[in-house]
Amino acid sequence: MAKNVTRSPKGPRKQEVKASTPAQVAALSICARHGNKPDELLEIFHEMQHELGYVPEDTLPVIATALNRSRAEIYGVLTFYHEFHRHPVGKHIVKICRAEACQSMGTEELCRHAEARLNIPLGGTTADGTVTIEQVFCLGNCALSPAVMVGEKLYGRVDPERFDEIIAGLEKEAAE
Amino acid sequence: MITVFVPCDAAALSMGADDVATAIASEAKKRKANVRIVRNGSRGMLYLEPLVEVETPKGRVAYGPVAAKDVVSLFDAGFLEGKSHKLGHGLTEEIPYFKNQERLTFARCGITDPFSLEDYRKYGGYDGLAKALAMKPIDIINEVTTSGLRGRGGAGFPTGIKWKTVHDLASNQKYVACNADEGDSGTFADRMLMEGDPFCLIEGMTIAAVAGGATKGYIYVRSEYPHSVHNLRKAIEIAREANWLGDNIQGSGYSFDLFVRMGAGAYICGEETSMLESIEGKRGLVRYKPPIPAIEGLFGKPTIINNVMSFAAVPIILAKGGEFYKNYGVGRSRGTLAFQLAGNIKRGGLVEKAFGVTTRQLIEDWGGGTHSGRPARAVQVGGPLGAYLPESKFDVPMDYEEFVKIDAMVGHGGLVVFDDTVDMAQQARFAMEFCAIESCGKCTPCRIGSTRGVEVIDKIIADIDREKNVALLEDLCVTMTDGSLCALGGLTPLPVRSALHEFPDDFHKPAPNKFLADAAE
Repeated sequence: MAKNVTRSPKGPRKQEVKASTPAQVAALSICARHGNKPDELLEIFHEMQHELGYVPEDTLPVIATALNRSRAEIYGVLTFYHEFHRHPVGKHIVKICRAEACQSMGTEELCRHAEARLNIPLGGTTADGTVTIEQVFCLGNCALSPAVMVGEKLYGRVDPERFDEIIAGLEKEAAE
Repeated sequence: MITVFVPCDAAALSMGADDVATAIASEAKKRKANVRIVRNGSRGMLYLEPLVEVETPKGRVAYGPVAAKDVVSLFDAGFLEGKSHKLGHGLTEEIPYFKNQERLTFARCGITDPFSLEDYRKYGGYDGLAKALAMKPIDIINEVTTSGLRGRGGAGFPTGIKWKTVHDLASNQKYVACNADEGDSGTFADRMLMEGDPFCLIEGMTIAAVAGGATKGYIYVRSEYPHSVHNLRKAIEIAREANWLGDNIQGSGYSFDLFVRMGAGAYICGEETSMLESIEGKRGLVRYKPPIPAIEGLFGKPTIINNVMSFAAVPIILAKGGEFYKNYGVGRSRGTLAFQLAGNIKRGGLVEKAFGVTTRQLIEDWGGGTHSGRPARAVQVGGPLGAYLPESKFDVPMDYEEFVKIDAMVGHGGLVVFDDTVDMAQQARFAMEFCAIESCGKCTPCRIGSTRGVEVIDKIIADIDREKNVALLEDLCVTMTDGSLCALGGLTPLPVRSALHEFPDDFHKPAPNKFLADAAE
């Protein structure tokens, strides 16, 4: 894609980047850590999400300038990948696998149970901001399905009862 | 000092391995027992995870699945001397599930400490690279060609030919790229190897680099595998410090460095050209071929791209010779494949076996039938784009060509078992839905065809113009197969048609819920 972007014949023009919000400041320092290299854009988004919880819209223009890419390209990359959030999400992201191996072990029932237990649809965030539930396709724990991941912690053989235990743990932690 | 092994593999962790390790450490301290805990990879008997092993003079003794609450009783029973306990399985390597395998790629996985180079060397690690460094690049490639190794990611393209293409090109920069975007449901072999024996992948990629003339490599790991990312980064650091990576590797004059890039939840990035776009920091859109990536790959330079399993097969091929590897297998399917038993199965896990084993042997002899205890009705082989096999096809030997003959694919050897409660019309619908969600959108048959596919299947299920819509679905499948740019759109018809042809009765059931009926109107 990038080779289609027209540039001035004198070569890329480096603009001065101004950050006016804390998120923009964070974005710029992450970009700088990656040498402002456009091929590290996914890593940059991952780190932003790690630090800020999501990738705020107003950081896209400064990232575009820092990496010397068009805003459309930066926006296009952000929106292409399921993993990146463009809006604030819950403190904990609970990913429920809905791929075939988990389907064969009842993940559909588990999803319905999760929605009822938390009173939100898949993709939603609880009112208190503790939990966001998401569907994913495969966590690589297919021999011990259904699988659920909370942050980076993986759970196997998750039935509704075990799901409730996991959620209770998160709620207890949030209350403390 | 007694050595106790507690796996650190993500699947073992998902069943509480960390808690077990902590419990063993504290109980040992309480009893003043001199215990050393090693966090190994998984042996692949995932149904027994966490599988705790104790080193005894007779060999390693297995206990599993161990929960933290079992630890006190294990100590009481004398498990540190390998004594019997209700969770005991005797010597690990004598457990039939393990013993009846042919482990070449996974020879070390679950045995060694994944971060110990000393362990790795002790079990034959880096023997392959040491040999390769003393060979001419073309001789390395000849050895790989002799082995008959074909791409283990699913496509089955001969690895030697790919490498030779890159070798023969002149370029100021060449790359090696490892596709570790193991996004297919029912597969976890890549993950197990990256977590349990990361040096094996690093060694395989280094051999490829030496053979092809590449100096820089990337491993593209999916973001759903955080443990793999951590383990690889740590292992790369260790290999670099010991000069198995970096400048002038072991004084050979060859230089190669390796970096990990993390994906972001896009299934399509498992397609090789889409993966290249993603490594370059772009949207993972599929590229037109030609040019093939061997000629114009990463950043437009010649690139050797292989899957984790393909690279990981290389060290032993170099260490023991192409002929040794070739002696396993049948027909044109040489060597071993890491079969992965998943889904509704009693003893799920990884079985490395030479090609030629049958689905039935894997499901029954190793898997022990379904987890639910009901009859197995369908098995999806080779991932979400693989066919659903009915019981009548369980005896076809696993062989690339034999599977093509029955309109199926071996793929990467993942098997997802379904019992008789499965609704195959829903599985067909899901295949189309999945394609619609994950399509990169570049080509019309995949982008639009998959959405239309869901609608047509809904109409068939709702019994609206059945004959006409079945014909339309068949037609759509042909268009997607022939007209899609890559395997996502091109292979989605495989599960759809196998479900439709092998399980036609399921397509006559009334719509199971209101949503479907609404959608069909």
